Amino acid sequence: MKQSLKYLTDPLIKTNPITLQILGICSALAVTTSLSTALTMSGALSVVLILSNITISSIRKHIPTSIRLIIQITIIASLVIVMDMFLRAFAFDMSKRLSIFVGLIVTNCMVLGRAEAFARQNPVWPSFLDALGNSLGYSMILLIVGAIRELFGAGTLLGFQILPLIENGGWFQPLRLMYLAPSAFFILGFLIWIIRIWRPEQIEKPEFHILTPDDARKP
Amino acid sequence: MLDLNPLNWWRRLLALPNDNLTKTLVIAFLVAFTASVIVSFAAVTLRPFHIANLEKERQASLSEMIASLPGMDNILEGIGVDVVEIYIVDLASGEFIANIDPASFDQREAARDPNLSSPIPAEADIAGIKQRENYAQVFILRKDGDVQLVVLPVRGVGYQSMLYAYLALEADINTIAGLVFYEQGETPGIGARIEDPEWLALWPGKQLADENGEIKISVVHNKAVGPFEVDGISGATRTSNGVSNMLHFWLGDYGFGPFLTKLRASKERT
Repeated sequence: MKQSLKYLTDPLIKTNPITLQILGICSALAVTTSLSTALTMSGALSVVLILSNITISSIRKHIPTSIRLIIQITIIASLVIVMDMFLRAFAFDMSKRLSIFVGLIVTNCMVLGRAEAFARQNPVWPSFLDALGNSLGYSMILLIVGAIRELFGAGTLLGFQILPLIENGGWFQPLRLMYLAPSAFFILGFLIWIIRIWRPEQIEKPEFHILTPDDARKP
Repeated sequence: MLDLNPLNWWRRLLALPNDNLTKTLVIAFLVAFTASVIVSFAAVTLRPFHIANLEKERQASLSEMIASLPGMDNILEGIGVDVVEIYIVDLASGEFIANIDPASFDQREAARDPNLSSPIPAEADIAGIKQRENYAQVFILRKDGDVQLVVLPVRGVGYQSMLYAYLALEADINTIAGLVFYEQGETPGIGARIEDPEWLALWPGKQLADENGEIKISVVHNKAVGPFEVDGISGATRTSNGVSNMLHFWLGDYGFGPFLTKLRASKERT
């Protein structure tokens, strides 16, 4: 029981796919200009991730090692295509706003990463929990970034006016920077900074050491 | 003895080691087969919804374009809401056809039907559409009996998809009142910018042809000068060329050329 809960809660902060593993950044930048697109993208990715983890885990004992990546990608790609067609049928305007980014879930390292690192070696139930935990971790970051960008970029949340704009007689001047991709980088950077102050064990060791004159003199 | 029970074959297959060649091939085939069945099933069942969405989009962009044209509000107010008259035109002769109900005429279906369409000679097919319907819809807006606006449905190959657009012409049948794309699958962020309002705003006021009737309108890659040139989209050369070719085709002899000539002539007579 305790182990199951760990599968679910670890990816929220401790091994969060975006802030610790820095995966899925492309979509986190592109679809977070508003909360509603971030919400749809989170939903789409969660469904794909959960189904792909369940499928791959249930056939894990019979995946030939030599073609396992191809098999995993085939499964993920079919799920993404179905998801994309589903959105185009029932949420046409939303799918137009998300344009290619639903299709690009195929290339989201997070989905293949969970399949390869977890679902391939674990039974179905833990794989399901792992997928659920990871999609919650991903969605949480996406929603935080989306909420900040929409609130300060347009003064709205899910389309409702929260901060009265100057042009409508209020006091809030929208920050246009929030609509541009760099703002998502800043917000993600701050999030990662805050999390690593709180959990210093997430700080990575420097990969390179810059030589100083003292180092050079040492034998 | 030969074992004919397929269940036993299946068990034996699963019992094979995972790096066995037969098992690899069978599993690869099964995964590909299942995946394709699921994808095709979804494509077929969701197709009616996709078509309905595209149709809604098409109508929305037509009424949006007509409503956004300068001066259109006044005209619309003058004649009420149902202002757009739909006509069916015989493209070869340029005559109106009365015995086809415009409401039930599906132009895209007609373009595929060999009885209702004709192939275009390769050298004339600059828009890359290969097969052209014999009859086409045109939308005409009138005020007090005078033509105010003619809207033509056009299409042509861009970089990687068919571009579908409406071209609106003013009463002189030579000045562009507006251009709007309602369906395209160009690269998002590059060719797909033909849908951007800023780019479409470059079109109104441009002229189709010079005094001799030669079609001059084109998308150019350096700075556009004069009434016949529109700035291209940087990075989307082939999409921009596709738009040019599309207009040249549909304004030419194989497109609405005969119809537009007749329409101009009828205006001069009155």
